[in-house]
Amino acid sequence: MTVERLLLSGDDAVALATLHAGVRLGTGYPGTPSTEILETFDQLGGRAQWSPNEKVALEVGLGSAFAGARTIVTMKHVGLNVAADPLFTAAYTDVEGGLLVISADDPGMASSQNEQDNRHYARAAALPMLEPVDSQQAYDFTWLGLELSERWKIPVILRLTTRICHAKTVVRPRPALQTLPEPHFERDVPARVMIPAYAKPAHLRLRQKLAEIAAWNEAEGPFQIHEGDGQLGIIATGIGAMHAREAAPGASHLSFGLTYPLPIARIRAFTDRVERLVVIEEGDPVLVDSLRAAGLPAEGKPEMYRFGELNVERVRRILANDTSPEPVPPKGKPPELCQGCSHRGVFETLRDLNCIVSGDIGCYTLGVLPPFSAMDTCVCMGASIGVGLGMRHVLPEDQARRVVSVIGDSTFVHSGLTGLAEMVYNPPPTGHLVLILDNGTTAMTGQQEHPGTGRLLDHSATNLLNFEETARAMGIQNVHVMDTTSLKDDALRELITDLLAKNETSLIVTRQPCVLAAPKIRLYEKANAEQQATTCAADLVD
Amino acid sequence: MKVKNVVIAGLGGQGVLKASDILADAAFRAGFDVKKSELHGMSQRGGSVSSDVRYGEGILSPMVPPGEADVLVVLEETQVEINRPTLRAGGVLIAPDVLAPEALKNKKSLNVALLGAASTVLDIADEHWIAAMHANLAEKLHTLNEQAFEIGRQAARAT
Ligand SMILES: Cc1ncc(C[n+]2csc(CCOP(=O)(O)OP(=O)(O)O)c2C)c(N)n1
Ligand code: SF4
Repeated sequence: MTVERLLLSGDDAVALATLHAGVRLGTGYPGTPSTEILETFDQLGGRAQWSPNEKVALEVGLGSAFAGARTIVTMKHVGLNVAADPLFTAAYTDVEGGLLVISADDPGMASSQNEQDNRHYARAAALPMLEPVDSQQAYDFTWLGLELSERWKIPVILRLTTRICHAKTVVRPRPALQTLPEPHFERDVPARVMIPAYAKPAHLRLRQKLAEIAAWNEAEGPFQIHEGDGQLGIIATGIGAMHAREAAPGASHLSFGLTYPLPIARIRAFTDRVERLVVIEEGDPVLVDSLRAAGLPAEGKPEMYRFGELNVERVRRILANDTSPEPVPPKGKPPELCQGCSHRGVFETLRDLNCIVSGDIGCYTLGVLPPFSAMDTCVCMGASIGVGLGMRHVLPEDQARRVVSVIGDSTFVHSGLTGLAEMVYNPPPTGHLVLILDNGTTAMTGQQEHPGTGRLLDHSATNLLNFEETARAMGIQNVHVMDTTSLKDDALRELITDLLAKNETSLIVTRQPCVLAAPKIRLYEKANAEQQATTCAADLVD
Repeated sequence: MKVKNVVIAGLGGQGVLKASDILADAAFRAGFDVKKSELHGMSQRGGSVSSDVRYGEGILSPMVPPGEADVLVVLEETQVEINRPTLRAGGVLIAPDVLAPEALKNKKSLNVALLGAASTVLDIADEHWIAAMHANLAEKLHTLNEQAFEIGRQAARAT
């Protein structure tokens, strides 16, 4: 039998393995470079759903795993910060079905607000972490992660990076699982109810699980050695392993897949055979510090290579200990808001009104660039509301009155609702104004649905979370909706001016679909209306 | 054969990623080891985009190291200079000016036309190019793109 050979991105490889390994539920929140995993899983026929944010996604995933179903939860690196609360305590619990938490890091910040290194989370939460070097390993480690998770009843983190997620490489899949246990609930209070009486023994159990997993990693964890001349030995993980093998073809190379807990004895055996030992890792000095702490004479990289992605050239420089300034890559053309983008008019208005704009994350963050230059802060999803309120609280009145919080629709659902609760609870003396820029999609990450669109991940119809009704029910004093498609130029300006003059809490929802998404949204709506019509007809016949 | 390095560059919306998908798929169908990589993030909003395709035997890094591209395909004249450092000495540059002005009926097929031009220096058989185009483009675009591919190829042969 010839094995099927496919050319897949890392994301698609994970999705395929998810299907083959019998995963019953995939949850997540969009975020480059992780987004395609759930989209592909859905297209392959898997059950995938977007949650409002990563914390909820992980909680839903944890419930599913408690009930005995194999489950994946996907997010970008900063998403794991949002999901960190359930993550750290999920580590104490026993999962029944395999639970794979997938974190896609973005060294170099191709499309992110920071380049945090989520390998720190493995140690901090005490969870095993797998790191593939290409799509084949992304595929294999998805299986392996689920298996380890079930064997030790522990969530496992699969850490990808941009160059794993979005690079296409050759994959040979294995046969799909045919039978899987049916989910069912089995009561196990000490394993799942984390009150101190149960959490104390659970923490001990967690450390015991880790010790056993480390022993497994020493004995049979994924481990590759390419023997070289014995002079230079390189230990590398993730995509760095590929760059390193190309940069130093004569060296001895070691890479391994389960990067936490480390197979220290195996690594030591490798290091004993080489004269100079260099660690190649993107981002923070996580691995090199651990090896040094274990007494291994490992060399790390000069500090300048902590920033940005690695590539073959940079690895050559690290090996040569070259700290001379790197050639500055020529500046390309920066992205800009599309022509006809609904965000344009809003930022022109905010600029003209000289507002202090507490911004947020999404396409609309491009409002910071000329010709708008109308954003003053941007930190993390949802921060616009809290940061805006904080400024209002302490600024002198003439400045406080100019502060506006601007947030996208998907971002609002993700983490703006609690900001509104704060605004109702602790209103600043001058009141405050929040703008939700509702363009009917999560545009930034490639037009995903969210609870405010009334459509599911596969674009079929579901319940709709209505922003204006929610805000009214929460107690916001002035709630306005503006369809900016058919708006006269100064209507928005007049409304904002009017609301800024009041000492009240106000919300404006501007509504106009993203121009890139609009044609597709019309198709989804049409299909859903037809679906609805046939269902109604069927009801009548019944 | 060792490794063939190709970089395709342009602006968001021009079909850079589509072109590199077709090339990677064609090389894959020809039986080579293939890796392809790019940064997606902002590509749809008009910023600079480039994509690396490497094929041959035993490809390691998915990124073409600076100064090691055998072929550089640029879909937009303004992007030629910023991408030139990726080309090796003696490497081949393929830019829109290989085509006569108005050579294409539909400007949208420029990406495929320049792939056609690049095909004259890439050792991939026609059947694989055709199959890759069919697999990566909507059916109603097949004829248009096959024509564009041929126009690009003839133009490159003529120069
Ligand atoms: C915690 C976290 N999760 C995911 C992301 C990735 N991300 C950035 S903005 C955004 C949503 C943008 O959608 P929306 O707020 O509707 O604005 P639009 O892009 O449509 O203008 C997402 C998912 C992130 N930056 N942080
Ligand atoms: S993708 Fe949509 S929201 Fe983003 S800039 Fe373009 S039109 Fe605006």
